[in-house]
Amino acid sequence: MIKTLLSQVKQYKLVSVLTPICMILEVILESFIPLVIGWLITNGIEAKDQSKIIYYGVIMIILAVLSLIVGALGGIFGSKASTGFAKNLRKAMFENIQTFSFSNIDKFSTASLITRLTTDVTNLQMAYQMMLRMFTRAPFSLIVAMTMAFFVNKKIATIYLIAVLVLGTILVLIMSRAVKYFNAVFKKYDDLNESVQENIIGMRVVKSFVREDYEKERFKKASGNIYMMFKKAENIITYNGPVMMLTVYSCMILISWLGANYIVGGELAIGDLTTLLGYCMNILMSLMMLSMIFVMVTMSYASAKRITEVLNEKSDLTNGKCPIFEVIDGSIEFKDVSFSYKEDSDESVLKNINLSINAGETIGIIGGTGSAKTSLVNLISRLYDVSDGELFVGGVNVKEYDLETLRKKVAVVLQKNVLFSGTVLENLRWGNKEATKEECIEACKLACADGFIEKMKDGYDTFIEQGGSNVSGGQKQRLCIARALLTQPKVLILDDSTSAVDTATDARIREAFLKKIPDTTKIIIAQRISSIQHADRIIVMEDGEINGIGTHDYLVEHNDIYKDVYESQIGNTDLDVEGGAE
Amino acid sequence: MSRGRMPMGKGRGPMAGGRGPKKVENPGKLLARIISYVFRKYKIQTIFIVVSIFISIFANLQGTMFTKSLIDDYITPLVKSDNPDFTDLKNAIIRVAIFYAIGIIVTFIRERLSVIVTQGTLRDLREDLFTKMQNLPVKYFDTNAHGDIMSIYTNDIDTLRQMISQSIPQIINSVVTFISVFFCMIVLSVPLTVITLLMLVVSLFATKHIAGNSGRYFLEQQNSIGRLNGYIEEMMEGQKVVKVFCHEEESIKDFNEINDALCISANKAHTYANILMPINAQLSHINYAICAMIGGVLALNNITGLTIGGLVSFLSFNRSFSQPISQVSQQLNSIVMALAGAERVFMLLDEEIEIDDGYVELVRCTEDKDGNIVETKEYTGMWAWKHFHQAEGTTDYIRLKGEIVLDDVDFGYVDDKMVLHNIDVYANQGQKIAFVGTTGAGKTTITNLINRFYDIQDGKIRFDGINVNKIKKADLRRSLGVVLQDTNLFTNTVRENIRYGKLDATDEEVVAAAKLANAHNFIKRLPKGYDTVLTGNGSNLSQGQRQLLSIARAAIANPPALILDEATSSIDTRTEKMVQDGMDKLMKGRTTFVIAHRLSTVRNSDCIMVLENGRIIERGTHDELIDQKGKYYQLYTGKTA
Repeated sequence: MIKTLLSQVKQYKLVSVLTPICMILEVILESFIPLVIGWLITNGIEAKDQSKIIYYGVIMIILAVLSLIVGALGGIFGSKASTGFAKNLRKAMFENIQTFSFSNIDKFSTASLITRLTTDVTNLQMAYQMMLRMFTRAPFSLIVAMTMAFFVNKKIATIYLIAVLVLGTILVLIMSRAVKYFNAVFKKYDDLNESVQENIIGMRVVKSFVREDYEKERFKKASGNIYMMFKKAENIITYNGPVMMLTVYSCMILISWLGANYIVGGELAIGDLTTLLGYCMNILMSLMMLSMIFVMVTMSYASAKRITEVLNEKSDLTNGKCPIFEVIDGSIEFKDVSFSYKEDSDESVLKNINLSINAGETIGIIGGTGSAKTSLVNLISRLYDVSDGELFVGGVNVKEYDLETLRKKVAVVLQKNVLFSGTVLENLRWGNKEATKEECIEACKLACADGFIEKMKDGYDTFIEQGGSNVSGGQKQRLCIARALLTQPKVLILDDSTSAVDTATDARIREAFLKKIPDTTKIIIAQRISSIQHADRIIVMEDGEINGIGTHDYLVEHNDIYKDVYESQIGNTDLDVEGGAE
Repeated sequence: MSRGRMPMGKGRGPMAGGRGPKKVENPGKLLARIISYVFRKYKIQTIFIVVSIFISIFANLQGTMFTKSLIDDYITPLVKSDNPDFTDLKNAIIRVAIFYAIGIIVTFIRERLSVIVTQGTLRDLREDLFTKMQNLPVKYFDTNAHGDIMSIYTNDIDTLRQMISQSIPQIINSVVTFISVFFCMIVLSVPLTVITLLMLVVSLFATKHIAGNSGRYFLEQQNSIGRLNGYIEEMMEGQKVVKVFCHEEESIKDFNEINDALCISANKAHTYANILMPINAQLSHINYAICAMIGGVLALNNITGLTIGGLVSFLSFNRSFSQPISQVSQQLNSIVMALAGAERVFMLLDEEIEIDDGYVELVRCTEDKDGNIVETKEYTGMWAWKHFHQAEGTTDYIRLKGEIVLDDVDFGYVDDKMVLHNIDVYANQGQKIAFVGTTGAGKTTITNLINRFYDIQDGKIRFDGINVNKIKKADLRRSLGVVLQDTNLFTNTVRENIRYGKLDATDEEVVAAAKLANAHNFIKRLPKGYDTVLTGNGSNLSQGQRQLLSIARAAIANPPALILDEATSSIDTRTEKMVQDGMDKLMKGRTTFVIAHRLSTVRNSDCIMVLENGRIIERGTHDELIDQKGKYYQLYTGKTA
């Protein structure tokens, strides 16, 4: 994991190395200051030598200025290294995600990919900076101060060593317990917030059932629980301060007593006592710092793991060795095709599909939820790879095509489709970057989208909000169809893409397809019989198998499932999906 | 926001939803309100905390002051004496140790109390917020983005925690430390204090300059983060579309641009923040050196009576003098943020609650032998409206039947824009009324009015002949079942989700309701049956299954009247049939208002209302309307007549 992450440091290697060096220099320079002040007192004041006082004072100022310079440099390098590292991480992840196949994307889920790219990277950036700057600074300052203390007086330095060991052990114990508790509390806390969110979204339900008091009671209970848990977790941390104080004060008292004795005994100079008191603070502060870093690093561990997962994910779809760059026609053939989403799963989603579709044919597909309609068509443009059998488009196995060529020629209008923020034209040109406005308008006419686009405020230059939130469901679907048409596909697949379009418009779109793109193979998945009944052939899917295939009239006679669906829908047009009068 | 379905506000980005840094109107008043909120319940604890801060500071100071007397009063004379006697020193050290011990104990108690005060206050705040929220009208939730409401519970409460547990005590601590250290320094040496103050001014000046720059770039960084997060969100959500259109290269190109911009502004922001610390630390070292030098000269020449011990003590104080300043400046930032958060918290707490001046109650009743309705405490399955007439001082009992009348109703979500005009609907007991019409015709709005989620501007709505304004809202809503288009389930077991409709329902009743709604079969097949825990609004169920559960939930409540908003989303035919079936069984014998999307529902209705632009343009049965060849005919056949 660490290796994967560190490989993203790249061009920021130099600054990543310079940062800790600067920090170490700063620590060393700083650590001399208590030593020098001791000399100033002993050799200057006690020895009544004014020139020595000035001499040591100037040395101290020089030390401070130097340490300011390296400290600031450390800050500058650290910032550069950590923000650059974060940039590289995001870039590497984003680029890798772009190579993901559909099954890779399914594995991670959209929300988790977003978190990994945003929050997790920020966490890691903080941790990286912390490591570069503090992680070298704190232990080093501890070691240097300790060495200096030994240099001044061994006996007193031994007290420090014992104090450090005792305090360090206690802090680690407290923190590791606290981390465990806090992780548990935060999870509960998330649950609590989740339930608040449910209440906000479902407020109509709460109010309709007059459940306000019930919800209040439930919340009070949960909130009380959280309170107890937080109290428990935070109580562990409350030991931190007093333990720290106890150690510092004990050291102070011991040094005062022993120091006084040693001075009287002539083993120690007064200046040395000052030096030692100065180091005392240094040592214990860096210990405190270390325990904080310990917590930080533990907390960012989860983020680091999640990022590594994305970075190490390999796309399971690759181009063939000598890819083919041309799709001759829109004929499709399935030969004994089986498919399952998980590699080593026994449960096939599709079983032994044999099917051959001619170029230019219109195929309708119908079937219940989970009958694998979508899975079937997703194989055609190699959004997923078949698990078994072979699949040919234009007479060539799909695995032999260059992926981009194949997907440009096999256009899929996905079931869960999205538009992007940008103008209508920009969205349409996703289909074809070079498309002229005329070509775009033509495609929109085919998809019956030109009517409403022209009625919009800025026509084709109207800005579409993120996710297409300012157009209705039916309008969105038609824009998505137009976008797909612009690729000038040999095969056009509509995966339940007109469900929110009213029946009349739906019919007009189908008619336009028939007239304007006769050579394109059209595959239409639908719930409504009316959307597919005029297709050349209709495939009835059931549990991952082809249950029946044929024309509408044939299936009504010979296929029970089809007959059932048909009868339940006779005359059933959606009454309210956007009036077709546009 | 007339549809009652709203996406969760995109509240993830720090700048999202217009919640950027904004100046708080009256910070002093707000701060006072926060303090009085904490003080209300935790008076003794708070007082102790403040007092204990003074005690710990004193304990710490006496220790540092002791360094002076250690050197001047004990060590120096002891060194000079031929026969050193350590008894006095021992006693002095024991004295100091006792003070230290008191300091430690007090600190420990304070930390414990502060956990109680902080966490307790947060619990109270959360509970107050939630209680308040439950009492708010539906309008509040329709007009405020859900993400924004949510972030009051998460972000704003979090900043308040920071403020109560850290910022306020820290600031008290810093101010007291600053003043007392200053005082001690003056006692030790006036000229050195002056020098220290001068250096402090330099350091403050540098801090202000750097912090100002840093703040500016942090703001810039926030903007970049907002942009990048927005882009990432959009691209990840559309990742499959990116793949389908082979748009990977372009999206990487755009991403790199935004990513680089963020790196630049983040680098600047962090650079300034990073150099602030060494600058302040080293300025304080320089200050220390200068004081040591000048102090040394003063002590050496015995000017102003500064002793070596005094100098050592002074130097210790000198180190701790600049600390409070940088601590306060660090805390100021979080206080500004916390105040903005507090403002939003209190704004929610100050929202006006849903007013209910209804006085007609729903009571259990029975019939005496003369056929009169009498109120009873027992469960009889019979209900009546208890209508008290104030003018005459008499009480009427009216049987609960579920007759609903809309009489010339006008309604708008805002006063100057009416959505519904002159709506007249008469629904007798057990009748089914269907509303059809194009999107935006105002169908869903009607469901908001009968149960008084919104109040109408003009006209009257009567339930069993009583104006709904006179009926207690809770009782009105109890007699109206609602199945909404978007099903909202809660994180709980399936059983509890169904029981939501009737809290005291037995397990048998739950199963019966599930059977009526055709949900029993699929529930049985769930891994833990009725005890399966649903999470994330039932994300482990299919759309159709969720609908079946919401039908069961309405069924168990057994209300005399129903409002159904049929879902438009396409579910597969078999589940669709089950949902349809369940709905039909639910509607049987109840007065039903249904926003219809299914033909069979419409065809079975006693009356169909065709809505357009907020008006009823056609009404009648299916056959009548087909014969009229009007809008309904057009919607139904897809043809224009």
